[in-house]
Amino acid sequence: MTRVGVVTFPGSLDDGDVQRAVGIAGAQPVPLWHGDTSIGEVDAVVVPGGFSYGDYLRCGAIARFAPIMADVVHHAGDGLPVLGICNGFQILCETHLLPGVLTRNESLHYVCRDQALTVERTSTAWTDGYEQGERIVVPVKHGEGRYVADDETLDWLEGEGLIVVRYAEGNPNGSFRDIAGISNEAGNVVGLMPHPEHAVEDLTGTPGTDGLRFFTSVLRSLVG
Amino acid sequence: MARVVVDVMLKPEILDPQGRAVQGALTRLGLSGVTDVRQGKRFEITLDGTLDPERETALNRLAEELLANPVIEDFTLRIDEGAG
Repeated sequence: MTRVGVVTFPGSLDDGDVQRAVGIAGAQPVPLWHGDTSIGEVDAVVVPGGFSYGDYLRCGAIARFAPIMADVVHHAGDGLPVLGICNGFQILCETHLLPGVLTRNESLHYVCRDQALTVERTSTAWTDGYEQGERIVVPVKHGEGRYVADDETLDWLEGEGLIVVRYAEGNPNGSFRDIAGISNEAGNVVGLMPHPEHAVEDLTGTPGTDGLRFFTSVLRSLVG
Repeated sequence: MARVVVDVMLKPEILDPQGRAVQGALTRLGLSGVTDVRQGKRFEITLDGTLDPERETALNRLAEELLANPVIEDFTLRIDEGAG
């Protein structure tokens, strides 16, 4: 059975929901602890949302130096699928696995709502179950989700087709170019602010199950 | 004892919504003519002994890697000669 590691930091909130989503997708969730130095025998890793280390200093700035992250970064370089959600996306930016940074929402308000997204890049380990241009609805909940990078980086992301999901029907945080999620060039590392793990069941996922394919995609990419 | 002060500020081109909110509050509280507020962070780092070049180099590196994110922030590092 495919094993998907889910990292827990002090202050992680969504590790339980990610583990549940991984299980629903048909893989075995493997809890990983921030203080461990090895990810062990896993086929993919999810860095979940929350407020790691209390968001002190900057979101993700201290989690970046957690012992487990060195091993995650090492294996990401070898092609290990890594997904960062919300605070996990902030951490992946701080580790420089992904360019740019997430800053305080332009409105200064914490935003929690169902959010329409357009899937733009499907040639990643986490999104190949979607159609390019597909409109999905997934919850967002964050106070610091405004993606910021210099124009050169933004043009490069656009030119290489590395923008994975973009906000549709309204930008919740002032993110540059409506960016909700990006990937590295190889497509094994993806980070996004919206929470696909909160949209995997009809009972509780108000918008439906549009998020589930992030987790089934990685199974397919590992098996295929 | 040595003391080092690191000031971290958002780069000028990065929008500072917190600074803007503070600017609004200053104006509401009766201060006229406020044209801009930028909010930053200040770190006061106290070390034992004297600051040798090795530790100063390490501090500069860590200011860039940990205390500031060079994508959006600039920092200045100065040794507080008054300490100790």
